[in-house]
Amino acid sequence: MHLRRLAVEDFRSWERAELDLEPGVTVLVGSNGVGKTNLAEAIGYVATLGSHRVANDAPLIRRGAERAIVRAQVVHQGRELFVELEITAGRANRARVNRAPVLRPREILGILRSVLFAPEDLALVRGDPGERRRFLDDLLVARYPRYAGVRSDYDRVLRQRSALLKTARNRQADLSTLEVWDGHLARHGAALLAGRLELVDGIAPHAEKAFSEVAPTSDPLSLQYKCSIPGELDRAALEPMLLDELAQVRRQEIERGVCLVGPHRDDLVLGLGEGPAKGYASHGESWAIALSLRLASYRLLKADDVEPVLILDDVFAELDAQRRRALCAVAAEAEQVIVTAAVAEDVPAQLTGARFAVGGGTVVRTTTGDDPSDVQENG
Amino acid sequence: MFEGPVQDLIDELGRLPGVGPKSAQRIAFHLLAADAADVTRLQEVLQKVKEGVQFCEVCGNVSERERCRYCADARRDPTIVCVVEEPRDVLAVERTREFKGRYHVLGGALDPLGGIGPDALRIRELLARLGGTGPASDEGDIGEVIIATDPNTEGEATATYLVRLLKDFPGLSVTRLASGLPMGGDLEFADEMTLGRALAGRRALS
Repeated sequence: MHLRRLAVEDFRSWERAELDLEPGVTVLVGSNGVGKTNLAEAIGYVATLGSHRVANDAPLIRRGAERAIVRAQVVHQGRELFVELEITAGRANRARVNRAPVLRPREILGILRSVLFAPEDLALVRGDPGERRRFLDDLLVARYPRYAGVRSDYDRVLRQRSALLKTARNRQADLSTLEVWDGHLARHGAALLAGRLELVDGIAPHAEKAFSEVAPTSDPLSLQYKCSIPGELDRAALEPMLLDELAQVRRQEIERGVCLVGPHRDDLVLGLGEGPAKGYASHGESWAIALSLRLASYRLLKADDVEPVLILDDVFAELDAQRRRALCAVAAEAEQVIVTAAVAEDVPAQLTGARFAVGGGTVVRTTTGDDPSDVQENG
Repeated sequence: MFEGPVQDLIDELGRLPGVGPKSAQRIAFHLLAADAADVTRLQEVLQKVKEGVQFCEVCGNVSERERCRYCADARRDPTIVCVVEEPRDVLAVERTREFKGRYHVLGGALDPLGGIGPDALRIRELLARLGGTGPASDEGDIGEVIIATDPNTEGEATATYLVRLLKDFPGLSVTRLASGLPMGGDLEFADEMTLGRALAGRRALS
């Protein structure tokens, strides 16, 4: 899979930008603050309908503009698809595929698949469990777009049930409907949980292997899913297990007014050697773990026969020689890699391909060769 | 910003569901240019809808009299009741011309986020109807309840809740609208949840 063209309008700092892309490596070079990452973010948004930098859409829209537009032309197995997304703050996005509107934007999930590695990924290791849950769920949706529905149904039920618990605490309100919400929470929760467990089974060997390549001198990395249900999980009976556990904590839940059981309380525990990575891993090791998780995502998707677009946003400057080499090795085998860097020297020499200079509100192609016809005005 | 009453009108129109600021402006200027008689007529129906329309004492549907036309119609089967969320859902079912029973309008769905619990819905009235103590105790025994709440999170929760309550009525048959593939649709475009439900609710052809 690769991206043939990306165009944005009123997206972040960009009033307008267009890039013609090719398979292989594309490097976007420009000083800090010129909008390189915004372009990487736009690609990620088309793939996941979310940003790797912010939780809501408002910052994606250029100040003063009403909506942002991202257009992407995706080539997959010789077929070309044209995706158009209109992002409006506080309202549902609108999407079109090959110029035909789709009912729900989430129907475009799966058209473009990408794996984005960025400085924010350090939070996968050091941040809250929520960061790791989001990592798992995003990857789950990238692999099986139907999980977008499972995830949003679960979130909706969770919000309703939490609202009920909260009012119950404050006003001793009617709890007669709580069991109804329990049932729905367990049903959707079990579906999400089953997906995550299978995903962790799939990604753990890839991540452990990637880490041993990236950081051969460190203790081995391990991945383990920690569920809010204590004890051994029976994967065939997740729904009744969740229901049982909800019954166990009922009183506590009503006292505290929060929902204490379900996939929204789970975590992906990253272990380094005998202990946990969080709090113990060094800065360099944390980076290597984050990188390994992204490389593992890439390899897992590739093993499913959908080669994702690899986006490396401003990451080479943070990595030592060993890690750069490991990342380059993966990048070299990828169908398409999009790299951003503040200075060209940060990008390893092995990554040859198209180069674009980003700055002053334009993107200009600067390579390859000295042929002036190669320089094309964009933006 | 326009001056005085024009801006007030635009603001009021903009608060209506489905009307954005641009549409509100267009409607406001349309009204400004329209015949005085047309505007008066609109003004009158607006007034009438607030003053003249009441809710059916039996089913809760919007009605001009104490009982709506479905509850007052003796030709409709009183033994079968279709439970819906809103009056507009009654119209939707009516358009099928397939249903000859009566209705019960809940006035919404369970929605803790919106502060709507079972007491805010006309569930007590439904139970009274089933128990034969409702305002239409003359309508006879109800043998079947069809739950036709929306197939979304809140509608499904409401349906589950009703099913639990209705278990207490012996001999009452409780059904839920089937959910599945839309007519004229393509299998390949169905989302996984719809298709999954359609599979679970498949029926035998022979």
